[in-house]
Amino acid sequence: MGNEVTDVKELPALTKEDFKSDQMVKWCPGCGDHAILSSFQKVLPELGVRKENVVVVSGIGCSSRFPYYVKTYGFHGIHGRAAALASGIKITNPKLNVWMATGDGDSLAIGGNHFIHVLRRNIDINILLFNNRIYGLTKGQYSPTTPTGRKTKSSPHGTIEHPFNVGELAIGAQGTFFARAVDTNPKMITRVMHEAAKHKGTSLIEILQNCVIFYNNVHSAITSKETKDENQLHLVHGEPMIFGKNKDKGIMLKGTQLQAVHIGKYGITEKDILVHDETTYDSGIHLMLAKMAPPTFPVALGVIRSVKNYTYEDKLESIIETEKEISSIKCVDDLLNSGKTWEI
Amino acid sequence: MTTKTQKVVELEDVVVRFAGDSGDGMQLTGSLFSDTAAIAGNDFATFPDYPSEIRAPQGTIAGVSGFQIHFGHKHIYTSGDLADVLVAMNPAPLKKNLMWVKPGGTIIIDTDTFSEKSLTKAGYDNNPLNDETLKDYNVIKAPISSLTKKSVEDLELDNKIVMKSRNMFALGIMFFLFNRKFKTADEFFEQKFKSNPLLIEANKKILRAGYNFAETIEALNSITYTVEPAALKKGKYRNITGNVATAWGLLAAAERSGRQLFLGSYPITPASEILQELSKHKSLGAKVLQAEDEIAGIVSSIGASFAGSFAVTSTSGPGLSLKCEAIGLAVMTELPIVIVDVQRAGPSTGMPTKSEQSDLLQALFGRNGEAQVIVIAASSSSNCFYYAYEASKLAMEHMTPVILLTDGCLANGSEVFRIPKVSELPSIKPPIVKANDTDYRPYKRNPEKLSRSWAIPGTLGLRHRIGGLEKENIFGNVSHDPENHQLMCEYRAEKVRRVANYIKPQEVIGPESGDLLVVSWGSTYGVMIEAVKEMQKQGKKVSLAHFHNINPLPKNTAEIFSKYKKIIVPELNLGQFVLYLRMYFQQFKFEQYNKIQGLPFMVKELVDKFNHLLEEK
Repeated sequence: MGNEVTDVKELPALTKEDFKSDQMVKWCPGCGDHAILSSFQKVLPELGVRKENVVVVSGIGCSSRFPYYVKTYGFHGIHGRAAALASGIKITNPKLNVWMATGDGDSLAIGGNHFIHVLRRNIDINILLFNNRIYGLTKGQYSPTTPTGRKTKSSPHGTIEHPFNVGELAIGAQGTFFARAVDTNPKMITRVMHEAAKHKGTSLIEILQNCVIFYNNVHSAITSKETKDENQLHLVHGEPMIFGKNKDKGIMLKGTQLQAVHIGKYGITEKDILVHDETTYDSGIHLMLAKMAPPTFPVALGVIRSVKNYTYEDKLESIIETEKEISSIKCVDDLLNSGKTWEI
Repeated sequence: MTTKTQKVVELEDVVVRFAGDSGDGMQLTGSLFSDTAAIAGNDFATFPDYPSEIRAPQGTIAGVSGFQIHFGHKHIYTSGDLADVLVAMNPAPLKKNLMWVKPGGTIIIDTDTFSEKSLTKAGYDNNPLNDETLKDYNVIKAPISSLTKKSVEDLELDNKIVMKSRNMFALGIMFFLFNRKFKTADEFFEQKFKSNPLLIEANKKILRAGYNFAETIEALNSITYTVEPAALKKGKYRNITGNVATAWGLLAAAERSGRQLFLGSYPITPASEILQELSKHKSLGAKVLQAEDEIAGIVSSIGASFAGSFAVTSTSGPGLSLKCEAIGLAVMTELPIVIVDVQRAGPSTGMPTKSEQSDLLQALFGRNGEAQVIVIAASSSSNCFYYAYEASKLAMEHMTPVILLTDGCLANGSEVFRIPKVSELPSIKPPIVKANDTDYRPYKRNPEKLSRSWAIPGTLGLRHRIGGLEKENIFGNVSHDPENHQLMCEYRAEKVRRVANYIKPQEVIGPESGDLLVVSWGSTYGVMIEAVKEMQKQGKKVSLAHFHNINPLPKNTAEIFSKYKKIIVPELNLGQFVLYLRMYFQQFKFEQYNKIQGLPFMVKELVDKFNHLLEEK
């Protein structure tokens, strides 16, 4: 986000403890949310932002209890509407450092409309989307990201719906920043949180998060010790897309499609492997990366897309500044007396 | 300009209706005619009547667009019941508007347009110019189209452009009839066609051609009319619509409270002009978000309010339905926000361009849980300014959502407005907490108002969390404690009730006691006062109590009701305010009179109803 320009010298040194609220954390033991909260509280003091300038906003769902546990200004909203709430906050005061905690139900179902429009407007807020592919707080119904065929309380015969891919949706909505992380790797979470904070515009982080109660091991193919090296591609801007325990696999562009290949086989060398460019405005490769999934591909993690565009609130502020200068209407009295008037 | 001797007749007030196809420029004609009323020092009110469709098929009833102006030497309360003069540019407008002309009234008709084809399109079997249809009226048959063409022959203009200007010929006729001066219209042409001097000349010529035509025709018998200036209070005036007045009232409140104005809103008829108007005024710091839907409109406003804006959302009935859950969030978080509902005929999509008072119960009760909000209703296009201001003041000083009800009639109608000075408006002092106030607790209350304070993100030492879950008294942490919930529900309700200590007592127009009290609210004020004055003229003991503060009601309400033998509550719905009054005041008997046709009340129907009620034993 990086827009908080308070002189760092003025800032008292902050620690993680400064951002822990006195409220008891009520998530289930073993829930992926704990790791996300802890990473977030670690990142905040490192941002160079006054603690009073941080605002955490949420909608409804397990993830949305987040604001109560972070000692900042916080607003726990209503279901699906966190993006609209955050928009009003950020537009009012662009100096605030606004974070939004949400889930796959909150942002992709009931709040889908606000979610795509905040991305389209590129308002400078950071969205943490906890994707556990299930409704947890309402106890186990399928969500818009639940895989087709999955049996849940509301899909006893398996869901017959086509799930959303968060990255595909976000990039389709003209999102300027999309990153993905897993709840089992706090280092990765803190790294992408820092990147998101630096990015000017809406930053979306999809965190693949485990619900121990209603969809345990939902992401285990990606996160388990046995398979994670083969199923995770850690993207780094400017670096080739190499993965695998032995770093002997990579992603190539073949024709118009991506392909996962073995380096060293069939004459393929490291030079043939795609180099990640998160900054290219064309979303083609970013979309393909966002959609990669096992068993054919590893899941792309890290910053997939980070492109520059102006933010809504900066543009609005600049129009207001210009209008204040050039308009003859400086106060409401001027307005009341403008145009056609007559004396009696 | 005139050589003949003319007879000039003085009138107290006149209602003129311009009607044409939706492309005939009737709104402009009406507005130019209104300008001359302003210059003449008349009081006036106007109302546009246009179809929901932008350009419905030409020549059909569905495509008729109208503009009515009521101007007078006397005080003007409404845009008028029936017209004294109708200008009909085609057969369809004649057919649609004839029922709104007074018997004996004058009808000016463009006879050139009465072809067989257009008569059929308008649904006339016979040409009304040749049968008995118009026998009760003073009809001025004017070949407006052909004379318009003739008047600018020498300018060699495109025929389409010429035909677009025939409304100015009609306006010229009206200028003659009411002894109006060309000045304001000429100035308008000079401004509007700055880059095309030929069009300035053409419009001036056409206007004068209409004037001269009227002067020469026998149908007028050289009689013209004047309406003397009204006895308006000294000052500077302007014309204003309800929607613009609402927007400006909100801007004034933002300025007086020192808060930045934020509007989150989604376009909807008939409220969109508030969104459009506020988005113009960035030089006053107004931030306007055209949201993706009604819900985002209000929720972004709640976010903006949390962050320290004076936040507003504007909508109509269907949009208010969508905002209900979020209003509950504002009730729970006790943040100031103004919700403007420009009511229209419902339910569902209803009749979007027609007006009605049927959102009252939704405004009062349309939320889950115990969720009282302040409800205020404006009663004239110009006082939308003051009630928008009052709604804003109450929202910010009492830290609560306020619903301001206006409606399509007020929103689109315009009135003469005496320009106030912002410094003369009551001050607005929101309870904003200072940095590092160690006594600050999120849900600690002002002992008199019971309002909590406004701690704005970015302020040092006030970090706190709020939200839609029930809050622990004083500290604001999430609480499911049974007694705490009851206490907080009672606090929130009592906070709104105590607003009664901060509003004006209810006024009564007419004797303080009598045989009949008329109780009304909202845009029916003008017609109620005319009806009540008419009754008083007839010697009846009738008074009017017109309510602006709906929730809470003024403290003297019951006392007023107790002074009259009968009470009647006329409303443009099936009886919503009367239901609310019956809930609070079971000791009184309320009669009701309801109309729900998308049309305003007529003075006559009210007087008849009131007289009937007085006669009943």
